[in-house]
Amino acid sequence: MSTQSMNPAAPRTDTASPSFSCPVPLQEYPNVLLAHGGGGRLMHHLIETVFLEAFGNPQLENRHDGAVLELGGARIAFTTDSYVVRPLFFPGGDIGSLAVNGTVNDLAMCGAKPLYLSAGFILEEGLPMETLRRVVGSMRDAAQAAGVQFATGDTKVVDRGKADGLFVNTAGIGVVPSGVVIRPSEVRPGDAILLSGDIGRHGIAIMAVREGLEFETPIESDCAPVAGAVQALLAAGVEVHCLRDATRGGLATTLVEIATASGCGIQISEAAIPVHESVTGACEILGFDPLYVANEGRFTAFVAAADAERALEILRRQPGGGEASLIGRTTVQDAGLVVLQTRIGASRLVDMLSGEQLPRIC
Amino acid sequence: MRFVNEYRDGRAAARYARALRRITTRPWTLMEVCGGQTHSIVKFGIDTLLPEGVTLVHGPGCPVCVTPLELIEKAILIAARPGVIFCSFGDMLRVPGRTKDLLSVKAEGGDVRIVYSPLDAVAIARREPERQVVFFAVGFETTAPANAMAVQQAHREGLQNFSLLVSHVLVPPAMEALLSSPNSRVQGFLAAGHVCTVMGYEEYEPIAARYRVPIVVTGFEPLDILQGVYMCVKQLEERRAVVENQYTRAVRRNGNAPAQACIRDVFEVVPRKWRGVGEIPQSGLGLRARYLDFDAERRFELGALEIQEPRECKSGLVLQGVLKPHDCPEFGARCTPDAPLGATMVSSEGACAAYYRYRRAGFDPGLLRGAAV
Repeated sequence: MSTQSMNPAAPRTDTASPSFSCPVPLQEYPNVLLAHGGGGRLMHHLIETVFLEAFGNPQLENRHDGAVLELGGARIAFTTDSYVVRPLFFPGGDIGSLAVNGTVNDLAMCGAKPLYLSAGFILEEGLPMETLRRVVGSMRDAAQAAGVQFATGDTKVVDRGKADGLFVNTAGIGVVPSGVVIRPSEVRPGDAILLSGDIGRHGIAIMAVREGLEFETPIESDCAPVAGAVQALLAAGVEVHCLRDATRGGLATTLVEIATASGCGIQISEAAIPVHESVTGACEILGFDPLYVANEGRFTAFVAAADAERALEILRRQPGGGEASLIGRTTVQDAGLVVLQTRIGASRLVDMLSGEQLPRIC
Repeated sequence: MRFVNEYRDGRAAARYARALRRITTRPWTLMEVCGGQTHSIVKFGIDTLLPEGVTLVHGPGCPVCVTPLELIEKAILIAARPGVIFCSFGDMLRVPGRTKDLLSVKAEGGDVRIVYSPLDAVAIARREPERQVVFFAVGFETTAPANAMAVQQAHREGLQNFSLLVSHVLVPPAMEALLSSPNSRVQGFLAAGHVCTVMGYEEYEPIAARYRVPIVVTGFEPLDILQGVYMCVKQLEERRAVVENQYTRAVRRNGNAPAQACIRDVFEVVPRKWRGVGEIPQSGLGLRARYLDFDAERRFELGALEIQEPRECKSGLVLQGVLKPHDCPEFGARCTPDAPLGATMVSSEGACAAYYRYRRAGFDPGLLRGAAV
């Protein structure tokens, strides 16, 4: 828009203007919006029209959390992720534990045993050294817990005001055992869909600190490594077809991605999805749907129906996995769609959000 | 969770649906006024539990949907000014004006902030006296008391840098406008529970009497809505037309007197244009003369704007309950939440957006699917 049209002395009436068109299609934004990073349709559009357009290759076409590369006879999983969370410290975790667990979990979603990480730090001038030490200490502890080592790293410092304290990038590699093929295209109709625990705590914990919301019991992030749980499923011989961690965009977005990529229908039961009372309450207040709230230690596993019970028992024995549950199944019907059976027994579609969830008016 | 999950109980819902089936002898068309109810109905699939012939049409009670394009454009013009902090509830940010939305203004460097209460905006004004802080005061009677209180607070403290861009609308005049329309097929109303929490329901009694139409003040949870439908159908079957209150845990006949006093002190009733519907006399709130200093339109000297909706957009008919979203030829084709033609596809509470999100083409919510687990 030109600056002229902002001149209050010259209000424009566009009723007769031939250039008038309906509201601009939102994905054609001339600038990057925060919502382009929200995990919803805008972000997918950005990936397709900018990144895949430029970099497209068979590996990227898999559209998985990480790539699985055949290198010298070994199958290596490779992934990267950047962490820009504000506040740096939140109940249940911090940017350091997040940067390790997030990348370790992406490797685990390929069925890999995570081995090595890189760490790239972008530090803001003036960041207290004590803060940096705390974050690095937390990265060390998380790496130890996940059984990975830092193999390489990088440090940059930018001017004050150019970063939110610090940004961290981690990349990771791991080894995928032979015979393990885990990706959306392996999903078959009739697969059981398991969820590794309750949802929504990470997103709400961050939101609560950011917006100064207080609850009787503080909500702690679910930030945790899930590689152990995945290794346990594979070690027990569970026929795992696909794994996906329910991070940005939440469980709903994850399921829509897999339904779209696999061409199967997905049917889930609202009552079977564990959500803690405090998260339900916060979502009611903010006008959020817990299905779209981010998690950092939760994943869905698509497994052969015959293995469902056994897999569920294994997941429930994992630390923090007591509430793991069978939430649905894949179907031939409703191909490519996610259908939710509501608490009152009706059914509806679950869709990807356009951008981020925004708090509503009333 | 207490006071939430109890009202989403599947077995109780089935009981209500059976009771409703027992008393229904013929088709009835009811309108739920509020966008929050529309969202709940489509999200939980409440309409699929109703007996055949009992139809819910969706009303104009989505504040984001009915805010006229001109006001959105004014918000965008103000937010783009240097030195301005533009505060709004979250869901106004995505609504496109003539060429862009508030999110784009933010991406271009405008200081646009999401707040949870207008009082947060007053606090920002207090903290940053050198900046102009504007709050986008959108909504029905529900949000009016807090917005009025923000003005009172700013007035008391003598804050020179706080103002409201006002787009307040009122429910009863819109209901009367709908009932007077020759297109109207509404036989009963579920009135908006939150609006009545503030205003009570005395002002609906003359409407029920004049138009011979039952009005049931209804809550937002699935069981609230099912009970509201039951009470409304029961009145219709018994040829009664009065105001009844389903939402007794929140609503009293006289409403919340201090909140109403607050509204009356700051606002007066004015004509307002409703997006998709047009101007309705005495259907909105504007700042009273003594508070005109807090009027952002005056402060920023924004003159009259007139912008026309795209002709192919039928959101006016949707907002009046004449057209179901998926019966519009543009629905899901040229009009989607990513590229909305009109208001009802934009807001998360708009009827078209709710239908798009929860029951797009190719999906039949009535189809039996068996248990998911």
